Amino acid sequence: MSTAATPMTTGKTLGYKTHAIGSFQFGRDEYFAHIHYPGGRHIMQVDAFLRALMRDVAWGFFYGTVNFDTVFGTVNHYGTVEMFIGLFNEGYRANNRHFVETFEAKDLKAVFEGMLEDWTNEGFDPFAAPDETGTVYGAKKGNNSKAIKRQRLIANRMVGLPGDLTFRTEPLNRQFQDVPTDKPEVHAEKGFENEVHAFNFFDYVCRSDVTWNPSVVSCVKDSQFCATTEEHVLPITHGNDRVEWFIQATDEIIWDVDDRATGRPRAKVTMKAGDVAAMPADIRHRGYSPKRSLLIVWENNDASLPQQYASGKLTPYPVAF
Amino acid sequence: MSMQKTTFGSLENFEKGSVQVIDDNPKHYAFSNVFEVASKSKPYEKVAVGKNLKYVIEAVRAEGTSPWFAAAHDEATLVMDGEIEIHFVKPDQPPVPEGKEGTVRLSAEPKGKSMGWVKVRRGHMALLPKGSAYQFRNTGKPGVLMVQTIQGENTVEKWSEICQIKP
Ligand SMILES: [Fe+2]
Repeated sequence: MSTAATPMTTGKTLGYKTHAIGSFQFGRDEYFAHIHYPGGRHIMQVDAFLRALMRDVAWGFFYGTVNFDTVFGTVNHYGTVEMFIGLFNEGYRANNRHFVETFEAKDLKAVFEGMLEDWTNEGFDPFAAPDETGTVYGAKKGNNSKAIKRQRLIANRMVGLPGDLTFRTEPLNRQFQDVPTDKPEVHAEKGFENEVHAFNFFDYVCRSDVTWNPSVVSCVKDSQFCATTEEHVLPITHGNDRVEWFIQATDEIIWDVDDRATGRPRAKVTMKAGDVAAMPADIRHRGYSPKRSLLIVWENNDASLPQQYASGKLTPYPVAF
Repeated sequence: MSMQKTTFGSLENFEKGSVQVIDDNPKHYAFSNVFEVASKSKPYEKVAVGKNLKYVIEAVRAEGTSPWFAAAHDEATLVMDGEIEIHFVKPDQPPVPEGKEGTVRLSAEPKGKSMGWVKVRRGHMALLPKGSAYQFRNTGKPGVLMVQTIQGENTVEKWSEICQIKP
């Protein structure tokens, strides 16, 4: 039964290493990532796996659950991380086929970073939209360290304030060439330059060279506006451990919303420019953006929330009416 | 390279999406549209379109000149439509007690020092800094602002009027 006890040889002749932590082993070949765990194996297309892995690494395991697909993923406990097979899959759970192991976040992050570095070939950018990047299939060929070292950007107060996150110098994305780049007029009296502040938020976000990577732009205490440009499919299915909100600033995203625990479909949410919607604390969601679009993910960064939702102290729905 | 046009919304021209329910209640998503909300609001009415415990996002119809507002914490505003000036004053006396949350409406322009002003258009974000008083001025067509703040005495909640209720 113990598949993982046998050292994996997957991909060795192709130049890829296998990576292991606890009783999980990961191997890749030309097309697939193979995950071996006590009790079985799981398989994913390697491009989808690397795009999901990129977000999990860059976000430090994010809020709640990062589902790579309907079977494999991680749950962030902010210090420790659970890596799982089938934990949020009705079929696996009903038949006791799920497997979970807990790791120190820093240990798992190190293994994930090593795997990402090893398996990402030259010319493939797991943060880019598929139309903007090359293929990752085939034998090992070079690397793309620069692309995978990008971190989630976090403003302390607001982008552009002295000492805070600086403006992006990248060009407007190819699909945002028609977004106005005009600057606001700022007339600060002497001594108030740090407070009288405005900037072109749309222009700033539309210069992002990554997709599905919310970065904090403005904060009101624990209230964070996390802006991101989206194109193609969200590479993970995010399982909420708190309520989050979406504000669609341009274009359109269609969200699949499924039950967080079972994966059963609950709704499809179509959001157009100006639409605002909550994502309850008991769902998972995956977005589809036909054209690159500007999305504001609005988060509450209060560290006590996961426990309050998990214990039932807070209802998963943000407003009662 | 093919280039698709970027779609923005405005007060005159917006399309609203929807929640297509499979096994859920649409109220769980509190689905609204800031342009639709502002199209039915009074000038500078602060209508909550997002609420995460004490934090809110308000949709504001920016038409004419607003009252003077202040808060004891930072707030931020993002212009979704129109062109608006925001004027800032550092009041001689703190306009809002420390620790009070949400936007407070002042009865008049407070005595104090001018901090300056900004002119912002669609896509621009401005800081509404803690401890300042500020006033929105719009001499053009009505605009739409989103305000990132904390729920306060001026936050208007009318969810059943603004949100999708029927599956
Ligand atoms: Fe999410």
